[in-house]
Amino acid sequence: MKIQKEALAGTLESSDLMVKVSPNSGIEIIVNSEVNKQFGAQIRSVVESTLAQLNVTDGLIVIDDKGALDCAIKARVQCAVLRGAEVEELDWSKLL
Amino acid sequence: MTTCTNNNIEAIKAQQPDLNNLVPFTGANTTTPYLNDPVAKHTRKLCQTIEEAIKKCELRDGMTISFHHAFREGDKVINKVIETISNMGIKDLTLASSSLLSCNTPLIQHIKNGVVTQIYTSGMRGELADAISHGLMEKPVHIHSHGGRVKLIQSGEINIDVAFLAVSTTDEMGNANGVSGKSQCGSLGYAMVDAQFAKKVVLLTEDFVTYPNNPASIRQDQVDYIVKIDEVGDPTKISVGAARITSNPRELMIARYAADVIEHSGYFKDGFSIQTGSGASSTAATRFLENRMRDKNITASFALGGITASIVDLHEKGLVKRLLDTQSFDGTAGQSLGRNKDHIEVSTNVYANPASKGASVDELDIVILSALEIDLNFNVNVLTGSDGVMRGASGGHCDTATGANLTIIVAPLIRSRIPTLIEKVTTVVTPGESVDVLVTDHGIAVNPNRPEVAERLIAAGLPVMKIEDLYQRAISLTGKPMPIEFEDKIVGIVRYRDGSVIDVVRQVKD
Repeated sequence: MKIQKEALAGTLESSDLMVKVSPNSGIEIIVNSEVNKQFGAQIRSVVESTLAQLNVTDGLIVIDDKGALDCAIKARVQCAVLRGAEVEELDWSKLL
Repeated sequence: MTTCTNNNIEAIKAQQPDLNNLVPFTGANTTTPYLNDPVAKHTRKLCQTIEEAIKKCELRDGMTISFHHAFREGDKVINKVIETISNMGIKDLTLASSSLLSCNTPLIQHIKNGVVTQIYTSGMRGELADAISHGLMEKPVHIHSHGGRVKLIQSGEINIDVAFLAVSTTDEMGNANGVSGKSQCGSLGYAMVDAQFAKKVVLLTEDFVTYPNNPASIRQDQVDYIVKIDEVGDPTKISVGAARITSNPRELMIARYAADVIEHSGYFKDGFSIQTGSGASSTAATRFLENRMRDKNITASFALGGITASIVDLHEKGLVKRLLDTQSFDGTAGQSLGRNKDHIEVSTNVYANPASKGASVDELDIVILSALEIDLNFNVNVLTGSDGVMRGASGGHCDTATGANLTIIVAPLIRSRIPTLIEKVTTVVTPGESVDVLVTDHGIAVNPNRPEVAERLIAAGLPVMKIEDLYQRAISLTGKPMPIEFEDKIVGIVRYRDGSVIDVVRQVKD
């Protein structure tokens, strides 16, 4: 899946996160998190595995996390990528 | 006459040589010259400015100054006095405020410029706490409980040279309270201790009233100087932050569980006593008690501590006979203290000092307290956040936890993705041996050393789980947090209520 344009998903409410994706050559992930000290590595690994599942090989992914659980991180990253890739038809099995 | 008196002195010495300190009479007002002046007689304590009072107290480098924090986030005295001291060029002071809050951010500059070099406090919040956690001060801050503070003062470790005490009204002699005038903070429980022990006591008042002011929480025989200032504090800011009222459904659910625990704990009997600590779920638990008390036709003999509007409500409905108030947590409580004769002001010495001849916490049946973190051994942290930065206060936590027959901790199991229940707390403030029940939104855990309480709660159908199972549930939602890294430098020393060191806080690593 290829990120064609800049796209956003999420909010800056507590327990949520804002994900911004934009076109890039190669994968670059920037994580800003209120819980970076305790969960920074965990957040990064959830983002990486979510991107791999969607076959995203290029893109700049900026995460502004307010202490979201893994399930919320995964859902917001999927949503931002799908918006950025301008995907009309969803392969739901890849979103589980 | 003088000669005659001198002769008397000589005669006394001749007969009893060890009586060599007696002096002859030299006039009715030799030691009280102001009594010869019809104006000074009434105005001798009054100072036009804070600076004048500081000069008269002879405040010097290296001394200890103190304050009370009854106005909490609305305090207008602490920053102002320290700024005045700073402008006068006095340095190297020990600051022994009963506590410090987010409003004390301006102190950072006075620590940087060397005015304040050591701090004793119950806690700290906001930017000041953040800066100190990152190594702002050379000497570690001593964190004490409310009761423990009085013990440190009694023992002389905190040796207050000048106490600056905010009051809403006083008379010209210094009979003062926080329940009359404009900006009322209610109980002066902390200040009463400083007024008793400080070498010099300065009152900062908004209003003067006719002598004698009543009630006199602080008495004329304790007060050296009085300064009138425009505003001592903003009472509407007492109940923001830690002392807030909640409408959050999760916090209310925890509060309801806590009320269930109280009802079935075995301590819910006619004449029981209770304290609710600061924190949303804790203060809200009171709201769920009323119907339970009416249904079972029982009343409480007293409520202790930080008194809230909801406790006052129960008192005025006749469900709680007496209120012992060392800190009024909102305007309603402050007004009740002025109005209700069975709403009684107590000093923190009476409230919680383990070295006093009687502390009210010893009489307490049930206390509901908050936690930033609690661990598998029921140790509680109310001081440092999970990122290692100080953001809370010891308060009366360990005082009441050990005094009460049933200590209930209320907390959400997770806050955003931070688990509240963890393997080992970042900082121990209250030892697990003093904690009996943990109430969360996901279930209730009972300390294994209280099997009879666990049995009663299970029999009542409450969701009692092993604390290990509750921990697994938390971790399954959040993942396991990486341990926080610290530098070696100690930035805070946590003193248990008896003065012993229960833990230390180290500088956080960035």
